Amino acid sequence: MSSLTVLEPGPLATIQDRGRAGQAALGVPASGACDRASYSLANRLVGNPDGAAAIEVTYGGLVVHADTDLVVAITGAPCAGVPLNAPTTLHAGQVLRLGAPASGLRTYVAVRGGIDVPAVLGSRSTDLLSGLGPAPLVANQTLPVGSSVEPMPGVDLAPVAHPAEGNVVLRVTPGPRRDWFTDAGWASLVAQTYHVSSNSNRVGVRLDGEPLERARTGELASEGMARGAIQIPPSGTPVIFLADHPVTGGYPVIAYVASPDLDACAQVRPGQPVRLLSS
Amino acid sequence: MRLLPSGDRALLVELDDLDEVLGYYTALTADPPADVVDVVPAARTVLVTTSGSLDVLSRALRAVTPIAGAQTSGDLIEIPVVYDGEDLSDVAQLLGCSAAEVVERHTGDEWTVAFCGFAPGFGYLTSAGSWDIPRRESPRTKVPTGAVALAGEFSGVYPRESPGGWQLIGRTSVRIFDSSREPAALFHPGRRVRFVDAGRG
Repeated sequence: MSSLTVLEPGPLATIQDRGRAGQAALGVPASGACDRASYSLANRLVGNPDGAAAIEVTYGGLVVHADTDLVVAITGAPCAGVPLNAPTTLHAGQVLRLGAPASGLRTYVAVRGGIDVPAVLGSRSTDLLSGLGPAPLVANQTLPVGSSVEPMPGVDLAPVAHPAEGNVVLRVTPGPRRDWFTDAGWASLVAQTYHVSSNSNRVGVRLDGEPLERARTGELASEGMARGAIQIPPSGTPVIFLADHPVTGGYPVIAYVASPDLDACAQVRPGQPVRLLSS
Repeated sequence: MRLLPSGDRALLVELDDLDEVLGYYTALTADPPADVVDVVPAARTVLVTTSGSLDVLSRALRAVTPIAGAQTSGDLIEIPVVYDGEDLSDVAQLLGCSAAEVVERHTGDEWTVAFCGFAPGFGYLTSAGSWDIPRRESPRTKVPTGAVALAGEFSGVYPRESPGGWQLIGRTSVRIFDSSREPAALFHPGRRVRFVDAGRG
């Protein structure tokens, strides 16, 4: 059977697929790849069926050993030292070493056949919040590669833009609790330049900036929240929910990030400037 | 009923109270509109996500009539409980009764899973009884799997070890959530639950 062995996981590497949508009523988060376009592209480039499990690498650093001949594709944040956005053959014994990315945060490594770890509740995704799915990758771990494949796509290189360096603009629309904030609070949300906090993770992107003015005090009864929700905790600064967000939250959601911008949102790095644009 | 915006893939239905939420959830999931991905009931709201058009979803959601009496129509499961929780005497004091009377009230009420959240399989159970139990002033960093607890108007069972601020009144050996079991979650919205005194374990 085909396999690869993790020599070094880097800061954080997890297995991800399309996640566990459809089970939120049981308290099960959706999870899945954070940058879904890059994840899907990686699978397409190696002829995997949609939904095959791949590796999500956070800020490079992953080193893997091909135990057998493998076809891989690497997409998302462009890590130094590896071919990008193109199917590549790794011969048995070869080592793939992802350097730090020049821009962006998350890189996807798809292997033809898919990473074949057991599925939990219909998905192979690691959910860091709920603990469902496989644990994050560790050194010396061998990952089995499956055999379910489609024909190779017949492209040498996918022409995609790398994640943005510098200022990132995310379009937003008012959320269900916009009225918990004053007009000045809303204006501040869509006018100021935030900076991505180092406390960000797969659950959410935290933004540092000026706190927003609330129109009312009191506690919100917990309510369902979807990916892209911008929740404002008592600190007054936003948390944008990503893949591993809890199914409900207890702080008011002032706005939502437009879904076409969620992949870009999954690529912002600590310290990077972010603007939220009212659309 | 109010429909509130929640991005380009979801709408939040705001309802009057928990009963109406459960009635709305029951009606909606009995005949789900096309393209619905998730339906998430909570205390006063139901979030509905879609892979299709928001206009179509909006029309479908406005057409739903909450089912009256949904609290008492789901199937019933019995959960045996050993009532030896660390906070049992505190709860008795809060309610101005004896520990035995707390157990009597908890086992005497019929509970309904109103919604889930906090962790996979964690159900917020409500009953017709008047429970109003404050959370612990300082949450525990570790509540064991199977702990049976109270907070506010709700009762719940911790599906796995986790931090928690609810008042612990007992424990059950029933696996509330097991991701290798089908179905994984014993508590789903609308299910009725009766707690049974299992003695001293």
